Amino acid sequence: MKNPEPENFGAHSRRTFLKSLGTVAATAATAQVKSVADGLEKVNAEKVVGPDAVAVTLNVNGEKLKLMLEPRVTLLDALRNYSSLTGAKEGCDRASCGACTVLINDAPVYACQKLAVEAQGVEITTVEGLAQDGKLSKVQAAFVEKDALQCGYCTPGFVMSVTALLKKNFHPTAADVKHACAGNLCRCGAHPHILQAALKAAGVEHTSKTEIVNYA
Amino acid sequence: MPSWPAETKYISHSTARVDGAAKVTGKARYSSDIQATGWLYGMILRSKWPAAKITDINLEKALKVPGIRAAVLARGKEFTVRYYGEEIAAVAGTSKQACLDALRAIEVTAQPLPFVVNEADAKKADAPRVWENSPNYKEPNARDRGDVNTAFGQCAAVIEGFYSTPVQIHNPMETMGNTISWTDDGLTAWSSTQGISSVRDGLAGSLKLEHSKVRVITEYMGGGFGAKFGSGVEGALAANLSREAKAPVRLMLTRFDQALAVGNRPSSFQKIKLGAAADGTLLAFEMDNYGTAGIGGGGDAGGGGGGADIPAPYLYKVANSRVKQSAVAVNAGSARAFRAPGNPPASYGIESAMDDLAVKLGMDPVEFRLKNDPSKIRQREYALGVEKFGWKQKYQKPGSSPGVVKTGIGCAGAAWPAGGASKNTHGEAQINPDGTIEFRLGVQDIGTGTRTVIAVVAAEMLGLKPEQITVKVGDTRFPPGPGSGGSTTCPSISPTVFDICTKALQQLQTQTGIADARGENWFAACKKLGVNSLTVPGQWIEGLSSNPAGGVQFAEVEVDTETGLVTVKKILGVHDCGLIVNQLTLESQINGGIIMGMGYALYEERVMDDLSGVMLNPNFETYKLPGIADVPDIEVVLINMPERGVIGIGEPATVPTAGAIANAIANAIGVRVSSLPITPAKILAALGKVPPATA
Repeated sequence: MKNPEPENFGAHSRRTFLKSLGTVAATAATAQVKSVADGLEKVNAEKVVGPDAVAVTLNVNGEKLKLMLEPRVTLLDALRNYSSLTGAKEGCDRASCGACTVLINDAPVYACQKLAVEAQGVEITTVEGLAQDGKLSKVQAAFVEKDALQCGYCTPGFVMSVTALLKKNFHPTAADVKHACAGNLCRCGAHPHILQAALKAAGVEHTSKTEIVNYA
Repeated sequence: MPSWPAETKYISHSTARVDGAAKVTGKARYSSDIQATGWLYGMILRSKWPAAKITDINLEKALKVPGIRAAVLARGKEFTVRYYGEEIAAVAGTSKQACLDALRAIEVTAQPLPFVVNEADAKKADAPRVWENSPNYKEPNARDRGDVNTAFGQCAAVIEGFYSTPVQIHNPMETMGNTISWTDDGLTAWSSTQGISSVRDGLAGSLKLEHSKVRVITEYMGGGFGAKFGSGVEGALAANLSREAKAPVRLMLTRFDQALAVGNRPSSFQKIKLGAAADGTLLAFEMDNYGTAGIGGGGDAGGGGGGADIPAPYLYKVANSRVKQSAVAVNAGSARAFRAPGNPPASYGIESAMDDLAVKLGMDPVEFRLKNDPSKIRQREYALGVEKFGWKQKYQKPGSSPGVVKTGIGCAGAAWPAGGASKNTHGEAQINPDGTIEFRLGVQDIGTGTRTVIAVVAAEMLGLKPEQITVKVGDTRFPPGPGSGGSTTCPSISPTVFDICTKALQQLQTQTGIADARGENWFAACKKLGVNSLTVPGQWIEGLSSNPAGGVQFAEVEVDTETGLVTVKKILGVHDCGLIVNQLTLESQINGGIIMGMGYALYEERVMDDLSGVMLNPNFETYKLPGIADVPDIEVVLINMPERGVIGIGEPATVPTAGAIANAIANAIGVRVSSLPITPAKILAALGKVPPATA
């Protein structure tokens, strides 16, 4: 297996990382490391954006969203504060609760950990983009049927994580669902019903084990 | 006396949440989703000192930050802060980024003061005082019943234990906060609250406004668990920012803010002595307990129900008892009501002691409970649970499970003696000539399914389908109802809807001459109304609800004695809540209570740093909540008692879980870990494999 090229590995290539360094840090670094200086020179030859607002175009739910944003604005803030797409929720703003999960090219991503300027040129799907012509997606319908939610604030995140799972795995096991939802937190404790809903969306029915006993 | 129908189509069956589609599509607008025209972002500057005398605050540089429209002080320029995270000032601007810049630009001059954050240290006579004029801790008075000293002498077995529970943080997924618009016409707050009326009163009180000038709207909110009854400092700050900036301000707390300043469950340190006769009859109970409610110092400080006292000896009848309880103040955020205040720590303490005594007596833990629990309903629940769980087949002597990974089982009971209904619950229904009907109640849905309960009861009473009922809640302009607390919502609103429906049918008969407007006659009757809609008010009526509720839970665990890792394999909850209104959402609430109790048992704890006075885990990385992979197989048995009417379930479901898990762990490894959360480190220390952590 070939190792990925460092330049293209993951979300943060060396180039984007250097770009994101502040001038002060970069100056200190150039004094010490020649390779960093060379990298910076290359970066500075390109257009450095910010700190003022720049034009950003996001492809969200099949539509173009054109915004003026400071480069430091996250994808989550862009959606919630600069458009009316408030379906992705802010629960922590630091990549630990998953309430902001959206799909980027079908993969689940924490929108709070992606800068909006970095999310251009990809297909973004939010929870608002799942239902087609007013008809709930299979995952959404299963969440409603199994009552896989209480307050519902974490729900968009779980729905997106399960949707992403079912796009690549048509017959998930309970363990697959748990793995897919490992990055989502729920404080109301809807987990057992979320598991049932995810399996139901994949065509596996789990009947409730709840038993009702008359006292009298 | 009114009574619920015996034959039902919707009540006691399962109806999917009527607002489920709104929640899974992102259409539901939570308080933090509100985008009022021209809205600004708001943020709060908090104290970085655990105690300090603030002598000056300069907002000038903050006001010059591009995009900033207003900056306000929390309490003037000179005051004392008493915990890390206390509010100092707030800013509003056109973006979160501008606000972050502005918070950094606020200059605060302060003299740090001595502080104490550890309960045991705070009790000492020479500890720094949290409040200058009163000691942190006062020796409590003893409440005596019978003659405890003589009774201990007559016991066949006596145990003594020291059981402790940590400060737990509510951590609803949506933090607290509001969008507030305050103009000369009045104030509108879109509030993430579990009490629209109490927030209205709070804002009116702190801002000196007439109640009629304040409107609170809560269409959807993301969980509360007791923390979200009041308008809070953040509410007043958002209002003042809005007034100053002449624009609506959305000020939601950050996750960091949420952990520090807006409530928690007090800790408890329970020294318990318990004794019984040879036949298992409890004879004597003695407890000395203290805990901290932060700077609240006990009582009901910080929003009601936030005291450090716990009910004792809780479920059990003991003829002779002595109970001493007190709270100790520390430099940390105040306690608030938290799902069944006082009960989870009480259940954990006494149920641990019960199991320890059962072991000493050589009795089966369930038999021992049956001997001493006076509740007939719980007796039945234990009997059902023992069968369903396979208790007799699974029970082994403590520590006798073979191998490295040991299994164990345990049980515990719950009571929720408060609850009942709010008699001041009102509502109205507007019936239109085309047969559409809208219910309006001034309550809010904390996530338990309030709209669905209203739709289910109305559909049953009117012979319609739940989806034909429009339900509006969460607005102080609607007839008033209670806050979502104390497991009172369902028993408050169900009889209210019953009353509205009864009156609506009577009025339809009078106005249209149709004797029974229910079901297939509904649309014909409504059409006869002519051009005018009919609005029918109603209120809570006696005889359709009651309290208390209770339950028992059984836990099965695996404990890896080499790593200390606990895996909860199974929880069985057997609960009673009178007439079951909607089985599906009821099951969700019980699951949720159990999972929250599991977090309390194994993961959750506010960690304070004694040296810096700082909370070390105000986030989800280091304050651990149960995740989906941690959640065990949960089974629920509901005792249906329609003759008792509607009873709430939200709180009792979370009460016994920690005690049951703790007892299962003790049963597995043969030694007691007497402090929550039961972490791998504590288990290995209890097994003598690592030294105990020093406080």
